[in-house]
Amino acid sequence: MHEKAITESVLSLVLDHAREAGASKVARVNVTAGEVTGVVAEYVQFYFDFLSKGTIAEGATVAVTSVPIEVRCQDCLRQFQPERRQWDCPDCGRRNLDVVAGRELFVESIEVD
Amino acid sequence: MEVKILKDILGANDQMAHGNRQLLEDNGVFAMNIMASPGAGKTSLVLATIQGLRGKARVGVIEGDISSSLDAERIAEESVPVVQINTGGACHLDASMIRGALGSLPLADVDVLLVENVGNLVCPAEFNIGEHRRIVVASTPEGDDKPHKYPAAFLGADAVVLNKTDLLPHVRFDTAAFTATVNAMNRDAAIFPLSCETGEGIDAWLSWLLAQLR
Repeated sequence: MHEKAITESVLSLVLDHAREAGASKVARVNVTAGEVTGVVAEYVQFYFDFLSKGTIAEGATVAVTSVPIEVRCQDCLRQFQPERRQWDCPDCGRRNLDVVAGRELFVESIEVD
Repeated sequence: MEVKILKDILGANDQMAHGNRQLLEDNGVFAMNIMASPGAGKTSLVLATIQGLRGKARVGVIEGDISSSLDAERIAEESVPVVQINTGGACHLDASMIRGALGSLPLADVDVLLVENVGNLVCPAEFNIGEHRRIVVASTPEGDDKPHKYPAAFLGADAVVLNKTDLLPHVRFDTAAFTATVNAMNRDAAIFPLSCETGEGIDAWLSWLLAQLR
């Protein structure tokens, strides 16, 4: 649902860096979005196609790499991906967790001509 | 040719949020960003908080809704400064909307700023607005599985209010399971089971809030 705001920011970053690099065309945008952010790749492409019209990024493919949520047990340091309703540590059974992956939201790179 | 960027997509929003935070602190205002699904009880909590803090702290409110000023009108009846933001379709408040609203509030006369976000348990969690604390309001009729289904909101919460405890005899809600999940996901989040309707549990919430100001 918030993909429009996110895509506006993506486009702004893409155009700034493409201009800085002296590019004439952007072919591809590589985005990393953690599972916790709830970003849906298809919606980002949809908004990007619309918002980039008339810019050098028009027609670019937006590739979103999803990072699954990963947590670390602060008691035994086991790292795992919590599944379905299981937030207990599979090793020690305790519930003292830190999120170590899955909240990322950044533009990794662009491919330009 | 590949050009590395490695920039946070919400960096511009974060910068604006940082500016908001500075503005709040320059004026001695403590801000709380209140998020929840529609109907969980955000406005009820805001009203109960205004009433409970009377004489103890001066409250200001920013109301966020897609449309209408119904909530702001209810708040205005409590004689506290309130600004209504209508997003016109955006499903969350962002830092730039808050910056605009802050300009319309008498910040020098406010101790606690309650920001009631758009009713939505997904998107508001992604957008810093410069708040000091994030409050998620869950409610018993929604079911006890919401932390699993909406991890972003619950992972980022400083406090989780569980509203409508008065309805527990009538709904299927396992309070122990809910609490255990929130604790596992976010051990630092304080949990406040309460009822805005009956007033049960409100005192603990108000005590916590006042303690945050110190």
